[in-house]
Amino acid sequence: MSVGILIPVLLVLAALGFVLGKRQALALSDSQKTKLHSLPGYYGQTVALFTAVPALFLLGAWLILQPMAIESRIGGMIPDSVIPEGGARSLVMSDVRRIAGGLDAVLALGGMGEDELVRIGENLSTVRSRLAEVGVALVGDVPPVVFEAARAYRQDVKTGNMAMSVVVLVLAVALGLWAYRRIQPDMRARNVTESFVKSLLIAASMVAVLTTLGIVGSLVFETISFFKIYPASEFFFSTVWNPQFRGGSELGILPLLWGTLYVSLIALLVAVPIGLMIAIYLAEYASKTVRSLAKPAIEMLAGIPTIVYGLFALITVGPFLRDWLAQPLGLGTSSSSVLTAGLVMGIMIIPFVSSLSDDIINAVPQALRDGSYGLGATQSETIKQVVLPAALPGIVGAVLLAASRAIGETMIVVLGAGAAAKLDLNPFEAMTTVTVKIVSQLTGDTEFASPETLVAFALGLTLFVFTLGLNVLALYIVRKYREQYE
Amino acid sequence: MNSISTMITTTTSTTKAATMSESKISARNVQVFYGEKHALRDVNIEIRPRSVTAFIGPSGCGKSTFLRCLNRMNDTIASCRVEGSIGIDGENIYDPKVDPVQLRAKVGMVFQKPNPFPKSIYENVAYGPRIHGLARKKSDLDDIVASALQKAGLWNEVKDRLQESGTGLSGGQQQRLCIARAVAVSPEIILMDEPCSALDPIATAKVEELIHELRSNYTIVIVTHSMQQAARVSQRTAMFHLGLLVEENDTDKMFTNPDDQRTQDYIMGRFG
Amino acid sequence: MTDITAAGIPPAETQKKSLLTLDDRTRRRNAAEMRFRMMGKIGVLIGILALVGLLTSILSNGLSSFQQTFITLDIHLDPARLDKSGNRNPEEIAKVTTFGYAPLIEKALSEAMTAKGILGNGVTVKAAAELISKEAPADLRNYVIADPQSIGQTVSFKLLAAGRIDGYYKGRVTMESAKLDRNISPEQLLLADKLKSAGLLTTKFNWSFFTAPDASDTRPEAAGLGVAIIGSLYMMLIVLVLSLPIGVAASIYLEEFAPQNKFTDLIEVNIANLAAVPSVVFGILGLAIFINFAGMPQSAPVVGGLVLTLMTLPTIIIATRAAFKSVPPSIRDAALGVGASKMQAIFHHVLPLAMPGVLTGTIIGLARALGETAPLLLIGMVAFVREYPAGPPDGFFDPASALPVQVYNWTQRGDPAFIERASGAIIVLLIFLITMNMVAIILRSRFERRW
Repeated sequence: MSVGILIPVLLVLAALGFVLGKRQALALSDSQKTKLHSLPGYYGQTVALFTAVPALFLLGAWLILQPMAIESRIGGMIPDSVIPEGGARSLVMSDVRRIAGGLDAVLALGGMGEDELVRIGENLSTVRSRLAEVGVALVGDVPPVVFEAARAYRQDVKTGNMAMSVVVLVLAVALGLWAYRRIQPDMRARNVTESFVKSLLIAASMVAVLTTLGIVGSLVFETISFFKIYPASEFFFSTVWNPQFRGGSELGILPLLWGTLYVSLIALLVAVPIGLMIAIYLAEYASKTVRSLAKPAIEMLAGIPTIVYGLFALITVGPFLRDWLAQPLGLGTSSSSVLTAGLVMGIMIIPFVSSLSDDIINAVPQALRDGSYGLGATQSETIKQVVLPAALPGIVGAVLLAASRAIGETMIVVLGAGAAAKLDLNPFEAMTTVTVKIVSQLTGDTEFASPETLVAFALGLTLFVFTLGLNVLALYIVRKYREQYE
Repeated sequence: MNSISTMITTTTSTTKAATMSESKISARNVQVFYGEKHALRDVNIEIRPRSVTAFIGPSGCGKSTFLRCLNRMNDTIASCRVEGSIGIDGENIYDPKVDPVQLRAKVGMVFQKPNPFPKSIYENVAYGPRIHGLARKKSDLDDIVASALQKAGLWNEVKDRLQESGTGLSGGQQQRLCIARAVAVSPEIILMDEPCSALDPIATAKVEELIHELRSNYTIVIVTHSMQQAARVSQRTAMFHLGLLVEENDTDKMFTNPDDQRTQDYIMGRFG
Repeated sequence: MTDITAAGIPPAETQKKSLLTLDDRTRRRNAAEMRFRMMGKIGVLIGILALVGLLTSILSNGLSSFQQTFITLDIHLDPARLDKSGNRNPEEIAKVTTFGYAPLIEKALSEAMTAKGILGNGVTVKAAAELISKEAPADLRNYVIADPQSIGQTVSFKLLAAGRIDGYYKGRVTMESAKLDRNISPEQLLLADKLKSAGLLTTKFNWSFFTAPDASDTRPEAAGLGVAIIGSLYMMLIVLVLSLPIGVAASIYLEEFAPQNKFTDLIEVNIANLAAVPSVVFGILGLAIFINFAGMPQSAPVVGGLVLTLMTLPTIIIATRAAFKSVPPSIRDAALGVGASKMQAIFHHVLPLAMPGVLTGTIIGLARALGETAPLLLIGMVAFVREYPAGPPDGFFDPASALPVQVYNWTQRGDPAFIERASGAIIVLLIFLITMNMVAIILRSRFERRW
C-alpha cells in the first residue's frame, strides 16, 4: 500500500473513530442515566486523535528510517572488490538503485516473471537487454553481485513497504480501540483532547528549533569531515581557489570572501543612500496620496524573486555596463562583473533599507520634531540634525540587515557576478562569491566523500555564521532602539 | 503661599503700566479648521509686550490651537487651515511673504512634555543659534549657551556636565533646558504650551519662578490647565470655551469678578 | 536665580527685522531645504525607475515567447513507411523512430512548395526542411502512436518552425546574422518569407509554451513550462499543507500558551533568526538531511516542498502571530467569561477572527516560496526533466522542475532563443505572484477588522 493510499485510509479511520466515539459516549450516558462530563464531540475527538496522530508520526519516521536501514544492509552485501578504483560505495549503490528501479519497470511491462528474477545471476544478458528496453542503460561491466544486490534491494523495499502499511494500520486501530474502550460518561474527554492538542502545538513550535539544529548539525558535521581531508588553515588563509576533479584542488576561501564583500559593498553603496532618501521622503515629506502609491511600488521591488533580478543583470545591466562603461574605458570585456551584480543587488535591497528606515524614522517622537520646528529649524535641518541622529541606531540596524541579505544573496551573483575566483580591485572584472561556489560545488552529481563537494559545507557554515552574526547584532540594535522610545 | 500672594500683588502694578503700551500680538477674526472641524471661531485678542498672558479653558476648547497659530506651528499639520490675521509688531504673520522659519526665530515655543533632543546639554542649547547663524565663533556660541542656561536658571546645575545627554536630566531640568533652548535663539515672544503639566510640584514652582523672571525681557503666552497657575504667573488671562474666546481680562479681575457667566462657572469648577 | 543678569545674548529689541522680508540666511536655508527635498524625490524616482526598468526589460524580452511561428503542412502518413506489415499493431508502429517520420515531412514540404509555386532558389529540399523544428517528427510520431488508424490518411499539421526561423520573425535573427550562422542561411530566410506570403508559415499564440516539457539545447522553439508549472504547483501544495497548520499551531502556542521562560525565548530567537538565514543554506539543509541522510529522491517536488516549507515557516509564523496579537484580549475574556476553556476560546473565537491575517501571511509566504531558486538548485531540481510527473501524491516523488529553476536552466543554454524563453517564464511566474498578492490584498481589505 503506497503512502498516497495509506494517509487517506488513516484519515477515514480517524473520521470513523470520531463518529463511533461520539455515538458510544451518547449511548453510555443514556444507558447509565448519567450526564457526560464533556460535549459528546470531545469523546469522538479523543478517539480520532489517538487513531490518526501517532500512526501518522510513525509513518513519517518510517519513511525516513526505512531507506537508511535498507541502504546499510545492501551496502554490506557489496564486497570491497567490486568498488572500482577511485570510486566510492555510494556510486555502486546508485547503480543498485537504478537497476532495482529498472527491474520494477521490466516487471510492470510483463517482460519478465517474478520467478525469473530469482535466478537473476544466471541470465545476465537477457536482463541487460530488458533493462535497456525500459531506458536503464548499463555502462561497462556490472558484476553479478550488483544485480544480486539490486534484487535484494527490491525485495527489501517491498517487504519494508508491506510491513510499514501493516504496522501503521495496526497501531492506528489499536490506539483507536484503546481510546474507544476508555470512553465513560465521567471521563474528562475535553481535558484529554486539549492536552493532546496542546502537545501538538508545542511540537509545531519545535519545528523552528529543529530546523536550526538541522542546519547547524549538517553544516558542522560535513565541515568537520571536510577538514579531515583538507587542512583548515589552507581553507581559511589560501588566496587560491582552484578545484580539480582529480584531486590536488586548492580551496582557499579568501577570493570568494573578497568577491562577496566587494559585491555587497557596492550593493550597499547603491541601496543605503537611495533607500534612506526614499525613507526620509516618504516619512517626512510625501503627502498621503504619494505615500500610498510610492510605498507599495518600492516594496514591490522586495517581492520580486531574485531570479528575476538575476536575469535582469544577465541580459540588460551586464551588457549595458560592458558596452557603455567597461569597454570604452578599457577596463574589461566581461558582461558579468562585480559592478553588475552589485548594482542589481543594490536595487533589490533598496526596499529593505527604505521600509525598515521608514518605520524607524516614524518611531522618532513627533515631540522632537516640534521642538526643532519651534526653534525655527527648517524641515531638512530638523531631519538632518534631530531626526536622523535620533534614528541612527535603528538605521544602522537596518543597514546591517540589508548587508546580511546582500551577503547571503545567491541568484543575482550566480547570473551577474561570474564564476572566476579572483582577488582584484577592478569592479568591471568578473569575480565570484561564497554563494556562487556553494551552488556550483553542489549542483550536478555530488560525491559526498570528495573535498570539492564537502568544501561547500564549510562555505555554507562560514556564510551562516556571517549572516547570523550580522542579524543578531542588527536585531539587538533595533530592539534597543525601539525600547528607547516606548 | 505667602510669597505667591505677594507675587500677584506686584504683578498687578506692572500690568497697569503695560496697558498703556501698544500690543505685541494682535489677532483679528482668527478661524481655524482641522479638515471639516471648525476648531476656533472668530478669535480677537490683543497681547501686551513684556507680560505674561495665560490661556485657560477646558480641554479641547482651542487654547492650544490658538497658541500654535502664533508661531505657525499648525503649518506642520496638513489638514489645518487658518483664516483671519495675526499681527506681530504690526506685521501679519500669515502673509504669504512671511517665512515660518524666520517667524519662529522670533516666536519661541516650549512644549507640554519636555522634549530635549537626544544630544548633549550643550548641543541642545546650541542647536537654535547654530541653525540661525547667531554665532560667528565657537566662543560666541559658548557665551550664548552659557547665558541661555543662566537665564533658564539651569547653569549652576549643569555647568560641569555640558557634554552629558540632555535626556539624562530630571523632568524639571529637562523643561528648563527646553526653555534655555528657546531663549538661546533670542526670541521676542515665548509660547508655552502647558509647560508644567508633566512636572512635579517642586519642579513646577521652579519653572513658574523662571517665567516670572523672564517676563521682564520677553512677551510670554502660556496655556495652562491649572487656574492656580494662571493666577500665579500671569497678568492677563484669556478664557476659551468650545472654540470661542469667551473673555479676556486682567488676571486678578478674571479670578475675582469675571464678566462672563461661563468664566465664572469654569473657575468655580462647574465644568471642565 | 540671581545669575540671570549675565550677558551674552543680544537684547531682543535690537534685532528689529521685518518678518515680511526674507534675510539672506533664510533664503539660503530655504534653498537647502528645496535641494534636500529634491534628493528625496530623486530617491523615490530612482526606485520606481528601477522597478519600471526591470519590468520593461523582462517584458520586452519575454512577451514574444507567447507567440510562435508554425508551418502548416498536409502530411500523407505513408503506410509503407510507418506500418510495413499493415496490421496497425501499436507495438510495431512504436518501433518506427522519429527518423522514419522526417522524410514524410520533407516530402510534404516539397509538395506544398511545388503546389504553391515556390521556388527553392538554390535551397535544397533538405535545407528547406531545416526550416521545420527537429521536434516536429517527434510530435508527428506521438500523434500516430496515439491514433494508429490515421495511417494512410493525409492530415493537416501545424508544425513548429525551427528556432532560427521563429527568431527571424521576432527580430532576433537578421539577414546579417544569418550569414555568420552555421544553423541558418539568408537563402533559407528568404524561403521562409515566401512560405509566409503563401500562407504556409504563420505566427500564432503559443499554447505549448505553457504545456510542453523542456526541450534540448538545439530545440528552443519546443521548450515549454509544462513540467515546471506542475513541479511548482506540487511544491506549493506541499508547502501550503505543511506550513499553514504548523505555522498556525506554533503561533497559537507561542502567542497564547507559552510561559515566559528561557525555552520560549529560545524558540522566539530561533524564529527571528531563521527568517534571515540565506535561502541557499536551506538548500544545503535539504541536500544533507532529506537527500543524503534520509535517502529521498533528487529533483523531487517532495524535497523541494519540504525545504521551502522550512524556509517559509518563520515568515508565516511572524505574520500569524501579528494576526493573533491584533485580536483584542477582550474577545478572549468574553469567551472565558461564559465558561469556555482556553482552548475553546482560541479555536472558537480568536482563530476565526485572526484567520484573514493568517491567510494573508500564508499567501505572501507562499509567493516568496514560489519565486525561490537557490535552495532548489542544490536539491537537484535543475535536472533536465522531460517526463511529466505522475498525479499526486505519487507524483510528489517523481523528478520535476520548478518555474524559477527552469528560468535559471534556460539562462545557462547557448542559444539566445532561450533568453526569450527564460523571460517568458518569468512573466508567467510574475503573473502567478501578482495573482497571489492580489488575493492577499483583497482578503486583507475585505476581512480586516480595525478594533
